Amino acid sequence: MHSKSLTELQRGLATGEFSSRELTQHYLDRIQHLDSHYNSFITVTAEQAIAQAVAADQRLQQGPQQALCGIPIAHKDIFCTEDVKTSCGSRMLDNFIPPYNATVVEKFNSAGAVTLGKTNMDEFAMGSSNESSFYGAVKNPWNTDCVPGGSSGGSAAAVAAQLAPATTGTDTGGSIRQPAALCGITGLKPTYGRVSRYGMIAFASSLDQGGPMTRSAEDAALMLNVMAGFDPRDSTSLDRSVPDYSATLGDSIEGLKIGLPKEFFGEGLDPKIAQIVADAVAELESQGATVKDISLPNTELAVPCYYIIAPSEASANLSRFDGVRYGYRCEDPLDLFDMYTRTRQEGFGEEVKRRILVGSYALSAGFYDAYYKKAQQIRRLIKNDFVAAFEQVDVILGPTVPNPAFALGEKNNDPVAMYLEDIYTISTNLAGLPGISVPAGFAAGKPAGLQLIGNYFSEQKLLNIAHRFQQGTDWHLQRPPLPGHSITEFGA
Amino acid sequence: MIWETVIGLEIHVQLATASKIFSASSTAFGATPNTQASAVDLAMPGTLPVLNEQALRYAIMFGLAIDADINRRSIFDRKNYFYPDSPKGYQTTQMDEPIVGAGSIDIALSNDRQKTIRIHHAHLEEDAGKSVHEGLGGHNSNCSGIDLNRAGTPLIEIVSEPDMCSAEEAIAFAKKIHAIVTALGISDGEMSQGSMRFDVNVSVRPRGQDELGTRTETKNLNSFKFMEEAIALEVERQIDILEDGGSIKQETRLYNGDSKLSRSMRSKEEANDYRYFPCPDLLPVVVEQSYIDAIAADLPELPDARQARFIDSYGLSPYDAGILSGDRSMASYFEAATALCEDPKLTANWLIGEVSARLNAVDSALNSIDEAPVSAQQLAGLITRITDNSISGKIAKQVFDAMWQGEGSADDIIAAKGLKQVSDTGALGSMVDEVIAANPTQVENYRNADADKRKKMTGFFVGQIMKASKGQANPGLVNTLLMEKLAD
Repeated sequence: MHSKSLTELQRGLATGEFSSRELTQHYLDRIQHLDSHYNSFITVTAEQAIAQAVAADQRLQQGPQQALCGIPIAHKDIFCTEDVKTSCGSRMLDNFIPPYNATVVEKFNSAGAVTLGKTNMDEFAMGSSNESSFYGAVKNPWNTDCVPGGSSGGSAAAVAAQLAPATTGTDTGGSIRQPAALCGITGLKPTYGRVSRYGMIAFASSLDQGGPMTRSAEDAALMLNVMAGFDPRDSTSLDRSVPDYSATLGDSIEGLKIGLPKEFFGEGLDPKIAQIVADAVAELESQGATVKDISLPNTELAVPCYYIIAPSEASANLSRFDGVRYGYRCEDPLDLFDMYTRTRQEGFGEEVKRRILVGSYALSAGFYDAYYKKAQQIRRLIKNDFVAAFEQVDVILGPTVPNPAFALGEKNNDPVAMYLEDIYTISTNLAGLPGISVPAGFAAGKPAGLQLIGNYFSEQKLLNIAHRFQQGTDWHLQRPPLPGHSITEFGA
Repeated sequence: MIWETVIGLEIHVQLATASKIFSASSTAFGATPNTQASAVDLAMPGTLPVLNEQALRYAIMFGLAIDADINRRSIFDRKNYFYPDSPKGYQTTQMDEPIVGAGSIDIALSNDRQKTIRIHHAHLEEDAGKSVHEGLGGHNSNCSGIDLNRAGTPLIEIVSEPDMCSAEEAIAFAKKIHAIVTALGISDGEMSQGSMRFDVNVSVRPRGQDELGTRTETKNLNSFKFMEEAIALEVERQIDILEDGGSIKQETRLYNGDSKLSRSMRSKEEANDYRYFPCPDLLPVVVEQSYIDAIAADLPELPDARQARFIDSYGLSPYDAGILSGDRSMASYFEAATALCEDPKLTANWLIGEVSARLNAVDSALNSIDEAPVSAQQLAGLITRITDNSISGKIAKQVFDAMWQGEGSADDIIAAKGLKQVSDTGALGSMVDEVIAANPTQVENYRNADADKRKKMTGFFVGQIMKASKGQANPGLVNTLLMEKLAD
């Protein structure tokens, strides 16, 4: 059952081949037996999942239901879930049980989807390796000595290891696409404002965007059909109609103009990944697409720009974790100041503290113009690069990540090396554009991702191209070895 | 040395919206702590603000009322600081691009002087919650409590230029702002509930000096009286320091209305770096000119216009018209009563005299004339009985007292207590006869006096007759009868 796509699961449920309860139990069993190898879940909500599955089975008996009715999924532990711990990967929220659902969770619930649990993540979504989680690192199912990427590492690993058919993730600088690439799955970051941020714990509000993490573009379309849409509770969500993302998947890509930004193919890119991208381009060309070399001249400024804006916003967003109303509070505070300082000292991990410090510094009187304001100006330049590019091409293509998954611990003491993981993904967040990563091959036995970046609200087109690519290739159908087995046993 | 005072005010006005500025919680005052605090107000993780359009509308109304530029594009910023009553760890406010730009208002001062006070800008922001340091009891007795009912209540902060040079001017400015926001209906103006709070910036300089002295800011004054006291105290404190050869420290001070003392809260060096930056959860607020125009077309009558109308239509003095037009409830009450009794001047006298005295009494629990036990209809009924000579002014006060005690309408009280003025010539004639008979010496003296002296002596006889009639004799009729009978 766990090798089936969402469409196949939907068919199986509709025809009565299996019930949601059986399907859900199957996945719960897999999580129970296998997740000790990956640590991809923080919380498994078995009881609630069974109850939801039973309810979904009742609905399914009454006739055709929404596509995801009865299908188990898992949410990144950044989405608030009513009555279920939502930790955001932090000690700070280890005891936090929200009294409300995130809009995204609400939408899946009302569609009849079943929630298996909450997936592991970098603390407050700050990281590219999932090693900053209070609940321990997640391991890459393709090679458990390697990181799965981050921050949505748990969501990526759970899909790759078939512990959930699909998951939700969030992407602030690459947090959906980079782990998707490293774990060999499909991950879509929608246009900023396409998916509601209400109830999604904020890291950097102007960059954060939720999206689906799935095995295929076809599955991602089904997930996005549920997730997308205007939310009056999120002032930054856009009141714009949601198309049926599944409807156009099969459209021809004949005549599609693909731009290859030269800045994405320079120094630092693993030659094997460069070759994988070239092969992918050839595949799309064989289906009628044309290719053009373009330039996004301010790409090299994206990482420094991001590491001013994101920590600045985070420094304010994380101020609410003060030990007063919820979450962690230090033992026996002497006074208010002691409570604030020790609560935050003990409740936050190193990377979170580093970013709060960087952000507070960048916003300080006397530094604001040189850092935050300058970064906002650069952000505008980066956006303008894309606007100019989309006057020439329909979609931009490149690698998702410069290198395949690195070893656990390898970049722990080098934050800048870690930050460079997101060099190809960050600029789309700064510009607010949608991007998708799809599996496109293997480098050193580890998955490599192909990234497609589209114009605003072009998710339909991105999914269509990704789907067409997956029709011509089988990278997305490859499965990692069983846990405990070496990667070499898999014929990469 | 002659010192000159320079004052600028920052006035926080709570807007009378039903719900909070960024959440759907009620803003009603006085609820059980934390019963009006939603997940958004509690700054629960993942929650987001959504701007209450009514707050924006109210801010624009204020801007239009002070002839300010309304900024078609304004920005909400985050002002970062840690305090338990600030649940997000930042206040959402407007810094560089506020909704209301520069404007001005005219204030009336003693001796018929007028002055224009410039307003630098007014911005929208959210109120903080409250810390509760007492009355928690039990095992919480050594803790402080946090009540977030007020957190997120919409405020406009009105920032004046340093255009005032005395407490009188500052109070006149503050009262004018109060009159404007209540006339607009954008605030209930209830000072006792914290609906209007003042930060006062004060500096002094030698007369003739152009450069401003170092200023201090006394924060969070919640009544005109405290503001007046705090200004007087601060001016005196600064002059004392300067005359002793010292210098003023730029600082934030707190005034204690009970002890009548102020103390330093924090110095400039200790001031927070608020690390303002645009709030990424709220998009820039962009309003169309047509939106502003529609609000302008619906603007209610403002205090200045109302005062002019009261002078023109009712023949009130500028002073009386100023008082009655300054308070929207008082103005409505006045107009309702006048319409019924048709004597604006007398109505004005009663409102400014007896009614205001009771409202402002030290032991008064009434916040506005709307809560007074005597309605406009009742007051008009009383005034009608004065103008139709049913009762004298003196008796009227007695009737008013009874009305205030809830004893019914003027007519009911006059009937029940038998207070109707005696205008019966026969009855009054015999009373006059009795008084003349009882005071032969005075009558003799009167008859021997010249016209001037006679005039002065009349009062004695009138007084005796009024006493005999328990004040109910018609004074005009008494005079006529007395003249007739004494002339004999």
